[in-house]
Amino acid sequence: MSSVLMVGIDCSECGERAIAYAVDHARRSNAKLFIAHIIEWSPFSFSTVEENFERHKRREEELKRAHSEVIDPVVNRLEAEGLDVEGLVRHGNVADTLHELAVENGVTNIVLGRQGKSKLKKHVFGSVGSHLVQAAECPVTVVP
Amino acid sequence: MSKLRVGITTLIGLFASFSAFAEAGIDERINLAIKPFADAVAGAVFSSFPVAGVQIPFVLVWLIVAATIFTFYFKFINLRAFKHGFELVRGDYHDPKAAGEVTHFQALATALSGTVGLGNIAGVAVAVSLGGPGATFWMILAGFLGMSSKFTECTLGVKYRNELPDGTVSGGPMYYLTKGLAEKGANFARLGKVLAVMFAIFCVGGSFGGGNMFQANQSFSQLVNVTGGDASWLADKGWLFGLVIAALVGLVIMGGIKGIARVTSKIVPFMAVIYVLAGLAIILMNFTLVPSAFGSIIDGAFTAEGIGGGVIGVLFQGFKRAAFSNEAGVGSAAIAHSAVQTSRPVTEGFVALYEPFVDTIVVCTITALVIIITGTWDPSVDPSSGVQLTSKAFESAFGWFPYVLTIAVLLFAFSTMISWSYYGLKSWTFLFGENKVTDASYKILFLFFVVVGSSMQLGSVIDFSDAMIFAMAFPNLLGCYFLLPMVKRELDEYWADYKSGKLVKTRLS
Repeated sequence: MSSVLMVGIDCSECGERAIAYAVDHARRSNAKLFIAHIIEWSPFSFSTVEENFERHKRREEELKRAHSEVIDPVVNRLEAEGLDVEGLVRHGNVADTLHELAVENGVTNIVLGRQGKSKLKKHVFGSVGSHLVQAAECPVTVVP
Repeated sequence: MSKLRVGITTLIGLFASFSAFAEAGIDERINLAIKPFADAVAGAVFSSFPVAGVQIPFVLVWLIVAATIFTFYFKFINLRAFKHGFELVRGDYHDPKAAGEVTHFQALATALSGTVGLGNIAGVAVAVSLGGPGATFWMILAGFLGMSSKFTECTLGVKYRNELPDGTVSGGPMYYLTKGLAEKGANFARLGKVLAVMFAIFCVGGSFGGGNMFQANQSFSQLVNVTGGDASWLADKGWLFGLVIAALVGLVIMGGIKGIARVTSKIVPFMAVIYVLAGLAIILMNFTLVPSAFGSIIDGAFTAEGIGGGVIGVLFQGFKRAAFSNEAGVGSAAIAHSAVQTSRPVTEGFVALYEPFVDTIVVCTITALVIIITGTWDPSVDPSSGVQLTSKAFESAFGWFPYVLTIAVLLFAFSTMISWSYYGLKSWTFLFGENKVTDASYKILFLFFVVVGSSMQLGSVIDFSDAMIFAMAFPNLLGCYFLLPMVKRELDEYWADYKSGKLVKTRLS
């Protein structure tokens, strides 16, 4: 089975070490590499009438911005380095959506960077990594 | 930022022109000036005919007959799609590819925050004080039948909405009346245009009345109530309260300060939950009285001793306040629901069933039970006290509740105003075209009515508000009758797919 790696990133700069790790592995195993970015969104949030009517437009804008500012710079750089790489952007809960994308794309290893969150923040919100470890069907690598 | 400046300048202008008249008695003057007009409008819309000695307004019969016909035509859709509606709200059929779009839950929550509000708090109190406990029974029945009207209009709202080139969506009766009826031929197309224009005119009126003046009026009344009643410093300063609210609403709709509306849209659901929990707590604390309360609701529904107009009078009060509270058949909800993302319009119809259910069957019934159980209801109570009666009922159990209720009422009123300003604006631009001048003129008028509404006495406000909102039901439901086959086709196709298991069920994360 050929391996498929997926790196989840928050912004184009902040996943550097995770990307470097994944690139290293992808090169060695000739793996396909996905760069994923999740736009935090909940299907159960409350919104105003006007927001709802503009939602579709906003979503398009959010997706466009995610591609141009987060995903594309990384994907273009890695493509230039000769890697088989593809960008993924989706709305949702970060951990759950990364899990869904991994299942959909037959990912064999999810790679995440670890952010220096405060203890309190981690306590209250949990971290994407630990949520994902619970849900994922493939190994999850957290790069410190 | 220039938008903000325009907004603020307008508000300062409004404030200045009003404070110039800021002397004792301005409330009275506004009241006297508007009352004859309000009374005339109310008289026209509520033209009635006598049934068993009671004057029954035609519009009420119109609403109930339509809701009943729709219920039978769609073979009790309000019952048979109830479970599936819940699955849709829960996200069981959500397409992951559409993540980030407006979900069924969001469309319903937004529509509900436009309807759950003073109708449930003040309206129910009015119904129970004028019609006795029995009015509750008819209110629940009207809510149940109204679910079918909502189903119909919201399905149509999504089916015939406009998706504009810039990616925004626009929907509601204006669109299904024009586009839907046009599908039936040239004569219908003409009729559709007439109905759409009528609807838009009434919707603008409704946005000034029930969606605005009534809200301002009742929240002011409650604020005066908790700050000491007639002795309150605020008692004769409705105009001042109106100016403050107008300023806040103005910041949102003219100043582009969306943050206020966004925050409100997040607090309102919690206030609604607090209200419901407090109501349930009072009911549980007095659970021994619940059977007799239900007894008096059932007895009162069919006997009606001492109520003006007997049983018909009771029925009339219940139906009227239910319709005002859940707006089923009025068409306003069809605007809010049409923003949902779905390829099957009928799904939003199923979801919309929950609006009258939550609004009328759950929230209104809780309010009514609290009023009846706490014994606050008394035939001699002044019916124009509206929200104050509900406040008194809750206060008898929790002394601090009037303060919570005041905050809830202010927030409900505010969010309803924001929603209705949008409905009204969409109707206004449908009539006069979409440009900066029409946009600004509507918004200035809207703010003006906030001040007027706060200054008037409840009686005239309630009559005018009722009249405008109910008038919307004439063109809306007439159009809905003609469009029933279209809804039926959507429903049958979908239902066959649903029953045969063709629809993909996903778990929403």
